[in-house]
Amino acid sequence: MHAESEIRIPLIIGDKSYRQITDDIIAPIEGKAARGWYTLTTIFSLCFLWGICCLCYTIGTGIGSWGSSNNVDWAWDITNFVWWIGIGHAGTLISAVLLLFRQKWRMAINRSAEAMTIFAVMCAAIFVLLHTGRPWLDYMLFPLPNQFGSLWPNFNSPLLWDVFAVSTYFTVSLVFWYIGLIPDFGMIRDRVIKPWQKKMYSVLSFGWGGSARHWSRFEEVSLVLAGLSTPLVFSVHSIVSFDFATSIVPGWHTTIFPPYFVAGAVFSGFAMVLTLMLVVRKIYKLEHYLTVKHIEYMNIVIIVTGSIVGVAYLTELFVAWYSGVEWEQYAFLNRATGPLAWSYWIMMGCNVVSPQLFWFKKIRTSIIATFILSIVVNIGMWFERFVIIVTTLCRTYLPSTWSTYTPSFIDVGIFVGTIGMFGTFFLLFSRYFPVIAQAELKTILKASGESQKKAAALANAHH
Amino acid sequence: MSMSKKYWKGLPELHNSPEFQAQQKNEFAESLPMDEFLGGNDAETSGTSRRDFLKVMGFSTAAVALAACEAPVMRSIPYVVKPEEVTPGVANFYATTFYDGHDYASILVKTREGRPIKIEGNDLGGITHSGTNARVQASVLGLYDGARLRGPYVKGAESTWKTADDMAGAALNGGTIRILSSTIISPSTKAVIAEFTAKHPNTKHVTYDAISYNALTKANKNTFGKSVVSSYDFGKAKIVVGIACDFLGNWISGEEFSKQYAKNRKVSKENPEMSQHFHFESNMSLTGANADYRYMVKPSELGKVTTALFNEIAGATSNSKVSGETKIENATAVAAIKKVAAKLVDNKGKSLVVSGVNDEGIQTLINGINKMLDNYGKTVDVEKHLNFKQSDDKEFAELVADMASGKVNVLMTYNCNPVYTAPASLKFAEAYKKVATRISFSQVMDETSAEATIVCPDHHYLESWGDANPKVGMFTLQQATINPIFAQPRHEGSRQFQDTLLKWSGIKSDYLTYLQGYWNNHVFPSQGKFLDFPTFWAHALHDGAVKVSVYKDIPVTPMAKDSLGKPVMAGVASAMNETSDSMKVVAEEPKGKMMAGVAAEPLPTPDFNKAASMATSIKGSSLELFVYEKVGLGNGLYSNNPWLMELPDPISKVTWDNYVTMSPIDVKAMGLHEMLRQDIDGSIVDLTVNGITIKVPVYPQPGQAPGTIGLALGYGRNAESLKVANGVGVNAFPFQGMINDTIQPIATSVSIAKTAEKHMFAATQIQHTIMGREEFLLREVSLKEFKEKDKEYWNPAVEMAVHGGGKKAVSEVDLWAAHPRPGHKWGMSIDMNLCFGCGACVVACTSENNVAVVGKLEVSRVRDMHWLRIDRYYSSDMNKRKGAEEDLGTKEMYIEMENPSANPQVTFQPMMCQHCNHAPCETVCPVLATSHSTEGLNMMTYNRCIGTRYCANNCPFKVRRFNWFNYNENTNFADVNPAQQELGRMVLNPDVVVRSRGVMEKCSMCQQKLQAGKLEAKKAGMPIKDGAIKTACQAACSTDAIIFGDLNDTESEVTKHRNDERTYFLLEDVGIKPTTSYKVKVRNQDEQIIFHEAVTKHEGKKEEAHTEEKHS
Repeated sequence: MHAESEIRIPLIIGDKSYRQITDDIIAPIEGKAARGWYTLTTIFSLCFLWGICCLCYTIGTGIGSWGSSNNVDWAWDITNFVWWIGIGHAGTLISAVLLLFRQKWRMAINRSAEAMTIFAVMCAAIFVLLHTGRPWLDYMLFPLPNQFGSLWPNFNSPLLWDVFAVSTYFTVSLVFWYIGLIPDFGMIRDRVIKPWQKKMYSVLSFGWGGSARHWSRFEEVSLVLAGLSTPLVFSVHSIVSFDFATSIVPGWHTTIFPPYFVAGAVFSGFAMVLTLMLVVRKIYKLEHYLTVKHIEYMNIVIIVTGSIVGVAYLTELFVAWYSGVEWEQYAFLNRATGPLAWSYWIMMGCNVVSPQLFWFKKIRTSIIATFILSIVVNIGMWFERFVIIVTTLCRTYLPSTWSTYTPSFIDVGIFVGTIGMFGTFFLLFSRYFPVIAQAELKTILKASGESQKKAAALANAHH
Repeated sequence: MSMSKKYWKGLPELHNSPEFQAQQKNEFAESLPMDEFLGGNDAETSGTSRRDFLKVMGFSTAAVALAACEAPVMRSIPYVVKPEEVTPGVANFYATTFYDGHDYASILVKTREGRPIKIEGNDLGGITHSGTNARVQASVLGLYDGARLRGPYVKGAESTWKTADDMAGAALNGGTIRILSSTIISPSTKAVIAEFTAKHPNTKHVTYDAISYNALTKANKNTFGKSVVSSYDFGKAKIVVGIACDFLGNWISGEEFSKQYAKNRKVSKENPEMSQHFHFESNMSLTGANADYRYMVKPSELGKVTTALFNEIAGATSNSKVSGETKIENATAVAAIKKVAAKLVDNKGKSLVVSGVNDEGIQTLINGINKMLDNYGKTVDVEKHLNFKQSDDKEFAELVADMASGKVNVLMTYNCNPVYTAPASLKFAEAYKKVATRISFSQVMDETSAEATIVCPDHHYLESWGDANPKVGMFTLQQATINPIFAQPRHEGSRQFQDTLLKWSGIKSDYLTYLQGYWNNHVFPSQGKFLDFPTFWAHALHDGAVKVSVYKDIPVTPMAKDSLGKPVMAGVASAMNETSDSMKVVAEEPKGKMMAGVAAEPLPTPDFNKAASMATSIKGSSLELFVYEKVGLGNGLYSNNPWLMELPDPISKVTWDNYVTMSPIDVKAMGLHEMLRQDIDGSIVDLTVNGITIKVPVYPQPGQAPGTIGLALGYGRNAESLKVANGVGVNAFPFQGMINDTIQPIATSVSIAKTAEKHMFAATQIQHTIMGREEFLLREVSLKEFKEKDKEYWNPAVEMAVHGGGKKAVSEVDLWAAHPRPGHKWGMSIDMNLCFGCGACVVACTSENNVAVVGKLEVSRVRDMHWLRIDRYYSSDMNKRKGAEEDLGTKEMYIEMENPSANPQVTFQPMMCQHCNHAPCETVCPVLATSHSTEGLNMMTYNRCIGTRYCANNCPFKVRRFNWFNYNENTNFADVNPAQQELGRMVLNPDVVVRSRGVMEKCSMCQQKLQAGKLEAKKAGMPIKDGAIKTACQAACSTDAIIFGDLNDTESEVTKHRNDERTYFLLEDVGIKPTTSYKVKVRNQDEQIIFHEAVTKHEGKKEEAHTEEKHS
């Protein structure tokens, strides 16, 4: 007799063989797209187009077409920027941090999470680049050589740190994502028949040969990039939070912002990954790879980060009260009871209360509930940024400057447009790129052992 | 024979050799290297490659293409003969006079390259000294108003002066002529009218001011036998009582009175005395807002208040009382009258009671009160009277009746717009149509001109010559500062009213010559300083004003003429080659007139009982209307001026609108919208006055007496060419009524009905109260506390806890070593005691710094561009101590705090960039577009700004202004932004860049003026004299509330202010170290002021903490 530990539910179910995995992952690329894909792509690309129109109008006439004012100088623009950047956090966290921690369950989700990151950062970049009054001069943010010799940007400004942080994050994420894609592109190149596809994927695969040397280099680069991007996960949102924390605006000027922003970012990022995963899983029938277990793991991360965010909200309130600083006290009182209090309570409800439902196993393993709550969380996180930016700016030091805020339809249009762009890009990605890192995934398929065991069990049952 | 002659080009031709004959066949003498250049069939042997061909082709194509893209040619044409005084880039200042029948100011006009671009006060001249108001500041824009007429109109169509003159000439012959004008204070113009009357004896001149002060002249006639407006000296009054009298705003001569009044409001530890001001009124006026004590009474009660006050004073000074109804609803006001009367009697000869109600009875009683108080000759003077506001309402009403009955053949309207301003009950518009020939001298196609048969556009005052006699013994000159903009050959042109009249009187002289002759004859002889007229004239023009002692009243008879019909000048006879005979004639003439003018008449005995019954004759009603003038727009003459339209009302802070002001209590009772915000519209009501119903929005106005409503004049223009003004608001002029033969702003048969409609307000301030932040923003003290207690009590240093325990004043704590400021260190001090909130500085800043006008919609979106604003705070019944006493929760307390008191105390706080030494905007700009100068100023580099707006978010004062649109080109702003019109652009200050879309801007402390001042000093080789450089806001301020200067200069005014005990800095606890300081407002009250309750509450806490420590 030999003792064997309890059989864990495997991360890939459905008794897959290596070939089956390949078949399943390449199916969307080789086969015809589902009707759902076409419907969604049409909707999203129309939104995208609408957003482009609104952006063109903005560039043409000025950001006066937005709802911002001389008291509330940032509104939907920066709210959306921070929101998208926050969403962009999950991808790198999943692929880098979980890689370093050797969490194998990440393999089914990291590819699309990384894609999501790339697209979310692109959406964020739209806001941060076009929220300026004269976007054609944005290049002045970079320390470029110029005819004035020593005309540098202001290295004291957190907005400049932002420029570096976000652009670095985007570059590293993109490279990391692409490196991971190379073996899969190689696989697709070997499979596809149409000449143009063959050509495209062979260019994309960088001549991947699958030799041991290639694999060794692949692994090394992946590790190095994971090491590089791990600190970025924390730095980017910390630096985004500095935009607020280093200012003197009551309600912004708080030291709690960096950790609280990072937790919030992971929180919203995971929620967005879940939203997307559940759709992809359904459309491409990947239930065997994205199992309920994956969903549960991610929901657990949501409970943890959601609770951190909740504690942060309460800490803010406590500190405002405890500090005895009139400005801080009023800023938080205004958030909770002022003219825009509804946004505060939406934020509280969505971010603090709703994730706590995941303590119930039934809810955190329910696909429908997860889908709904993941959207609720992202609504909540949008309102968090809205509360921090708009509600706060509506009432600052001088009561004479207090005002309210109403967005314009251009504001809404651009936001909808970025959602459209995000969706369109993601759908295109899911159709033409391998949505699951199949090469990596195959490393955790216990094909022979499992099937032997199962065959033996089956034989025993017969006897 | 000539044909036989033959010339050869050379010997070869003579010889005509075969070689020569062969060569003649060739086009070129030598064979060209064609083969070499073009190449043969064999490209390889050819010297010209295809590459060369392409090079040549490419070059020529590029050259042609480049030549085609020609840069736009900007032509600047140099002077053929440069005027001596014009140097490009250097401003010239000319003294002149602003008078439009309503406001008067002696001013300096700043011109650049011949264009007037800015108005400043004239220290040397007139009665206003350096004071200006918003309208005077904005008047320069009127010069470049696109609505100005380019030539005369006859029967509604553009015409020529010849046609107009011919037509007028025909009509004037033999007809009954009436000239209707607002008060004319120009003696020479009066003389011109006299010339006209002499030529056309059927002429009568009727004076009609849109806003009448007829009761003042009537009362003075009753009391002193003189139909004049007294002059006042608020500077000598220790106790000032105002009864619905906006003397710091528009009443008679607001700038003059503000300046005087401010003298008694300057208070320091060395001189801890100030005047005390009581105010009774219905609407919250600017003056009421600045009073120490303000009482709300209904319009119908104003006469009762006056009567009661009369009787109290009569009782205390053993004079006979009058009988009259004195019952007033407001018990506080009743009690106050007793207290006020006692104070007045205590300050006999040092007090002043004024009323702005245009009622003969009330004004006669006021005269009686001032007489009993012995104020005549001290604070009020009828001898050295003012010459303003001469309108005769009864005469006007009679004129309208005559017009209606067809007795008037020709009506000439000058400086007035009666179709728009006449009370509805007079039915002026209908009567006007019955006049056969209607001549208007308006500069624009206003309501009256639109109905006129002939429109003879007058010059703008900056294009005109003229004079003014605002007060007895004071003459000011008006000089043209620019050639008429609309003139031949491009336009038919405008023509000065006086020139037109002279022409129609058959006098062959232009008005300037006439004016000089007039001054030579009448003003020059009455001064003793200058011996010859040309020198006198030159000095008078330079100074803008002349003070004379000999003349009391100046004659307004036609001048003597020479044989050619030209008026004769006496003193300049030699210069003008006139005969000495005519000199004598004219020199002697005025003396006799002068003597006649002061012939002593017995003083009449005023019937105060009759006055009292008149004053109390208005029957009160449940809802009463008091129409008022806005501080910015005045009588509406300038409502087409976008600077004034965008100037927020000092009290309500609403722009581009007029509305019914209503007590919040009444608003609540009627179920109308109580709170207005950007996202909450106001209600519209149907307002019915004397049977006329209009739709008008309601603005809940704290301090409005319950049961009364106010409505501003000057809006509701109905003239399409006035693009800015047309259709903005409603016209309240028709609601004025004839009561006791004067046009009064009061209506008692008023009702309002709720409608479901809504109205969007564009207010620059939504939150009315200071929300318990007095300690950091708005320090106030009562005079009693100020005198009795130390600075630590009423202006304590803001402290913070420091490392190692204990507390330190914030001013002593710093994270960084201060930057050295070796040269200048500019700074500003603002005295909140002296800022009355009039807004002249706001318009001055707009004018000086090319601040964009953005229109109502953008203001409603909180995007007004004013670099300088005036924050207005109302007091609230709730404060922190009261909240603690009543055990209210924090939330409830703050909600209560947002509501102003029913009759709040008002504080004005000018707010512009504070030029923080630790400027929060500077650190956050990613591109260093905003930075600190070595002279301590926070600067903007527009070219570097990319518009992240981070600086504005981080500005605690929210004084940064972002260019959301390209206001100078975006067609949405074409009507409101003068910079978009070719003509309007001329007003722009060439020293200040016009900002483009997407950049941040803000107060620069008039950097361009600093630079110019420094250059001046450098050229002179002297240090900059304190006060030589004034910011635009400082220069515009009548009361010296704003002081600017060099803090490194220990003797400078601003340094002295900085060291004053009243000085404090805003938001000191934030650590931004502002450069601008404010001075604690002192109210002449005996009560403790809320701010101290907040501070004492802190102290109370400290004590509690101490006792607890002891216990433990």
